[in-house]
Amino acid sequence: MKYKLEAKNIDVFYGKLKALNNINIGITENAVTALIGPSGCGKSTFLRLFNRMNDYIDSFKLNGDILIDDKNIYEKDVFVDELRKNVGMVFQKPNPFPKSIFENVAYGLKIQGIKDKEFINTRVKDALKQAALWEEVKDDLNKSALALSGGQQQRVCIARALAVEPSIILMDEPTSALDPIATAKVEKLIHTLKEKYTIIIVTHNMQQAARISDYTAFFYMGDLIEFDKTNTIFTNPKMERTENYITGRFG
Amino acid sequence: MHNIEKEIFDLKSSLLKMFLLVEKQWKKGANAILNYDQDIAEEISSSENRINAQELKIDSDCENIIALHAPVAVDLRFILSTYKINHALEHIADIAESIAQYVANNNVPYDQKILQETRLTEMFDIFNIMMDCLIEAFENEDPKFARKVFKKDKLINKINTDAYQIIIDNLDKYDKNMLLYLLSTIRKIERAGDSLKKIGEEIIYHLEVKVIKHT
Ligand SMILES: Nc1ncnc2c1ncn2[C@@H]1O[C@H](COP(=O)(O)OP(=O)(O)OP(=O)(O)O)[C@@H](O)[C@H]1O
Ligand SMILES: [Mg+2]
Repeated sequence: MKYKLEAKNIDVFYGKLKALNNINIGITENAVTALIGPSGCGKSTFLRLFNRMNDYIDSFKLNGDILIDDKNIYEKDVFVDELRKNVGMVFQKPNPFPKSIFENVAYGLKIQGIKDKEFINTRVKDALKQAALWEEVKDDLNKSALALSGGQQQRVCIARALAVEPSIILMDEPTSALDPIATAKVEKLIHTLKEKYTIIIVTHNMQQAARISDYTAFFYMGDLIEFDKTNTIFTNPKMERTENYITGRFG
Repeated sequence: MHNIEKEIFDLKSSLLKMFLLVEKQWKKGANAILNYDQDIAEEISSSENRINAQELKIDSDCENIIALHAPVAVDLRFILSTYKINHALEHIADIAESIAQYVANNNVPYDQKILQETRLTEMFDIFNIMMDCLIEAFENEDPKFARKVFKKDKLINKINTDAYQIIIDNLDKYDKNMLLYLLSTIRKIERAGDSLKKIGEEIIYHLEVKVIKHT
């Protein structure tokens, strides 16, 4: 089987701290893969490998290969800006810019130097529709994004990530700041997005991982303990450590 | 906030209590039939209420744990097994009551000679041993004991199959009504044995996965 993304023999260090230890994993295209595990186990570190967000950290050091469509993205000839067009990211706290809804969603296109207004309008509209926000904001696109509710802001951020038409979306606890209704909307959205995108999501909410993901990876202290179909992980995990974690028996 | 480990511990105690109630019900049933004790037969009907109440309690405990704790993996399997075992036990208790009905409602005791020939006493003994094994397996989480019920169930099946011919051969020698009740009693015990076997499978299923993981 061919994977959309692959991690091969990955070690990550922050200075002397080894944050990830020999991780090997293949991520399936057009599926949702959830990363779970206790705080500090390396989920965010692992997620950020795929858009090279860790590169900004001085003490960061990487061994191994990260492949997207079979291409090692840490090779010298890879342009990080190009890479990020292909790999969108949504963060834990909605982080819209203090600009209008429209400007927020159009942001990625404008920094790419696209000037064609018609083209930008269409992309913004499509992205807002995909993010299931269009109906709520279509008459108010010039309103400040900061004036929206938390759940709406998060969907603006998702639309912002979608507008540049990536093929991969990384999400780091995207609903942890949202109420159950907004969470349900974002979860439903994730479910529809996987038709077009490959999604990796970090979540602390076990039920969320169970509900929305096709595959689940359980990390513990920098190790990948178990990776399997979500169904298997939540009904009959193979490792006792996974079972203890998902059933809430963790010391 | 209730801790799921505590909830599961309590659920296990409740199911164990259910096991013991049903076991007692069967001992009474055997006693009523083998010794033609009409008082015990009546008593069985009234203990049936306690068993039904216990069944409902376990049902609603399972529901609450599922709703409030969203259990997964080993916890979910335990709750689903408990739920199934609970209903199987209730069904088995019903059978004890229904076979004791004959004693409560008829004035012709089962003839000791035909009881001997059909091996009804032995059948009850085997049944009780199966029950003991299951309780042991469930209480001490030891699948080895649960596995013993399969062979015993075969013995019960054999007694049941043989009884048919024995009853036919004796049709003219005894009260026909008594004979038919006896045959139907044997049939019912055979079905209760099947239910015990299913409980054994549930216990093994629940425990095995655990055992494999611990080694
Ligand atoms: N910028 C950094 N500099 C140094 N160490 C870091 C840095 N970021 C993370 N770490 C360390 O790396 C390890 C993994 O951190 P990471 O943020 O990936 O964990 P996580 O699984 O995402 O945790 P959480 O669930 O709390 O978000 C931790 O020990 C953390 O302290
Ligand atoms: Mg994190």
